[in-house]
Amino acid sequence: MKLTGAQALIKSLETQGVEVMFGLPGGAILPVYDPLLDSSIRHILVRHEQGAGHMAEGYAQVSGKPGVAMVTSGPGATNIVTPLANAYMDSTPLVVISGQVASTSIGTDAFQECDITGITMGITKHNWLITDVNDIPQVIAEAFHVATSGRPGPVLVDFPKDIANALMEWHEPGEIILPGFNPITEPNPESIRQATELILSSKRPVLYVGGGVLKSRASEALSILVEQSGIPVVTTLMARGAFPDSHPLALGMPGMHGNYTAVTALQKADLLISLGARFDDRVTGKVSAFAPNAKVIHADIDPAEIGKVRTPDVSLIGECRRSIEELTRSLTERAATKAPGETPLLPLQISDWIKEIRAWQDEFPLNYDKEATDTVKPQFVIESLSKAADDGTILVAGVGQHQMWASQYWKFDHPYTWVNSGGLGTMGFAVPAAIGAKVGRPDKTVWAVDGDGCFQMTAQEIVTATAERIPVKIAILNNAYLGMVRQWQHMFYDERYSEVYLSPDLPNYVGWAEAMGAVGFRVDTPEDVGPTIDKANEIDDRPVVIDFRTDVTEKVFPMVAAGASNDDIMVGPFGRKGESK
Amino acid sequence: MTSAKHHIVTALVENKAGVLARVAGLFARRGYNIFSLAVAPTHDPKLSRITIVVDVDSAPLDQIVHQLDKLINVVEIRELGPSDSLERELLLATIAVDSQVRSEVIQIVAALGGAVLDVGVQCLTVELAGTPESLDTLEELLRSYEIVAIQRTGRVALPKLRSTGSQIDNLRIA
Ligand SMILES: Cc1ncc(C[n+]2csc(CCOP(=O)(O)OP(=O)(O)O)c2C)c(N)n1
Ligand SMILES: [Mg+2]
Repeated sequence: MKLTGAQALIKSLETQGVEVMFGLPGGAILPVYDPLLDSSIRHILVRHEQGAGHMAEGYAQVSGKPGVAMVTSGPGATNIVTPLANAYMDSTPLVVISGQVASTSIGTDAFQECDITGITMGITKHNWLITDVNDIPQVIAEAFHVATSGRPGPVLVDFPKDIANALMEWHEPGEIILPGFNPITEPNPESIRQATELILSSKRPVLYVGGGVLKSRASEALSILVEQSGIPVVTTLMARGAFPDSHPLALGMPGMHGNYTAVTALQKADLLISLGARFDDRVTGKVSAFAPNAKVIHADIDPAEIGKVRTPDVSLIGECRRSIEELTRSLTERAATKAPGETPLLPLQISDWIKEIRAWQDEFPLNYDKEATDTVKPQFVIESLSKAADDGTILVAGVGQHQMWASQYWKFDHPYTWVNSGGLGTMGFAVPAAIGAKVGRPDKTVWAVDGDGCFQMTAQEIVTATAERIPVKIAILNNAYLGMVRQWQHMFYDERYSEVYLSPDLPNYVGWAEAMGAVGFRVDTPEDVGPTIDKANEIDDRPVVIDFRTDVTEKVFPMVAAGASNDDIMVGPFGRKGESK
Repeated sequence: MTSAKHHIVTALVENKAGVLARVAGLFARRGYNIFSLAVAPTHDPKLSRITIVVDVDSAPLDQIVHQLDKLINVVEIRELGPSDSLERELLLATIAVDSQVRSEVIQIVAALGGAVLDVGVQCLTVELAGTPESLDTLEELLRSYEIVAIQRTGRVALPKLRSTGSQIDNLRIA
């Protein structure tokens, strides 16, 4: 069967099981958009290529399938650079197809030529420039394999126009042979044994759970490990939902804006069992002062993470789920060998440690001024959204104060219900990522919590959502400021506010939402918060935007200042239980 | 000049377009200067060997080696300790000479085991293949004369047979 390169590309994507892709056409990729008309693949036409990338990320994060986006050469390709960098930081599997000028014109500064493989070298796991039409089936198979195997991540395939128009004899891809790509999946048994001994001899252990637990679909395995061992759990920003917040051993989020107990439990631990986490600076604070008395077990699929920031006592290189399962098996086996009359080894005899943790939880709960009647507290909005949400609702966040409040105050009880931009901190992520998430899980309600600043970066994708009938819900925490930057200027620059004011009324958010085919609401008082959320939850045939006018002066607490030790955590004016204004 | 902080990284990479850019780019992104770099195809035309000398402490180097290993086109990579490896390098130099200096230069080069490649009325081109240290010595000595041009290839290296227990399979990789 003779196919054009363009047809072969679409057929290759179908062969990979692609059901949806996000994109926007242009000159160099035009040939591929023609056979797309005859394909089973649903294409979602975005309004800006950055939207396509973030949609593909949202889709991938909730569905577990790789996200696919397609753009034209030059500006189309450069517009998707930010999502590639974002996906690289957060290990999200993406396959981006970029059009390229004809291979005969490459290097001549042709119209809309740009060296996108060069540009994206440092922000993709790998990229390919297709130079032979016959390579298409194999390269696409390799691209999906690389994006989804080992530590997941984004890849890019650059596709010259003349290759799209050339003819080839269709053939299925062959076996994938990449001699330089052999991710280790099974942890070393001797290391498991050593880790087991460290765990059994620890008095103050903490499971430090990162996004890798979600990537390796290990939430269930983790629950079993926690039940058997009785070890408390912190979930990083990338791992919210990997372990249910409602569990008594869930301590919540550590880090710069983590709660006091999660931060302090890591600080005072004698053993950190790091599962798919990477000792990010936003978690460790000043590295030399981080968990100073803890031994470390570091489980990760990426050998380059081991020892990058903190030298572990035992490393478990392999798929996180396998390491967790093997630890559980080894612990239970070891526990079964105890002599009669000996204290049981499992669950660990760490009640003093748990008591200490309970005391911190009691004294330093997450807190804010719940009595406020004159202004809408952003934390109250998140709590109200969370309470009104159906079980399993997906929450997506932008970047800034609202993101931190969302991760602090939403109750996460299921994996893959939290989508955010962790590593890169990309403003503008929320609206398109929410749309992608809703496409990936149409059966679930998807709420985005966005900042007024973030919203203005990618709001136009609400047009895409309306046109494609993707009913996402967006809560703007409108504090009229680039709030997180304002907070830093307040705390560290003598309240000298430089270029952070946005105005609450410009743009008119309700009017803008309606212009894009969404329903728009505005909330000015605490009493209106609940009823408006209820109204929004009833709408299921179009996007909804709520403009919550929130307290400008509210700060995110607790906070560990950048570069400070986690011991110097600031709990804020409302941090201590029973303390009032 | 060779320094104590120098480390040798040797990698087998797929012989494909852009591979060198990926490898070099990784060093650049981490802010490390490549001291020297040599690359050429191996007996297997699908593979090339790259020998890189970097000036860096060993802890960050481990990190770089791990990051390089993650590149899809890098098939094998390892760090070679100077005492565990055989290192060679080639130097070409053109020196301005008058009739008196000419014989001095020829003597120095001969004493170090080098050779004269080309002789002109005002210039002399010499070569020395040897350990990086012997090249350093020659370079040092040539500095007393007028150096017109000098080019070193950057070192190439293979593990010493002893360091791998002479296991042929251990030598084959990286
Ligand atoms: C693309 C991008 N530009 C700049 C920043 C720096 N930055 C981080 S948070 C923030 C403010 C976000 O403002 P808003 O969306 O209103 O959220 P708020 O903090 O007020 O909740 C800025 C400018 C960023 N993270 N991303
Ligand atoms: Mg704001």
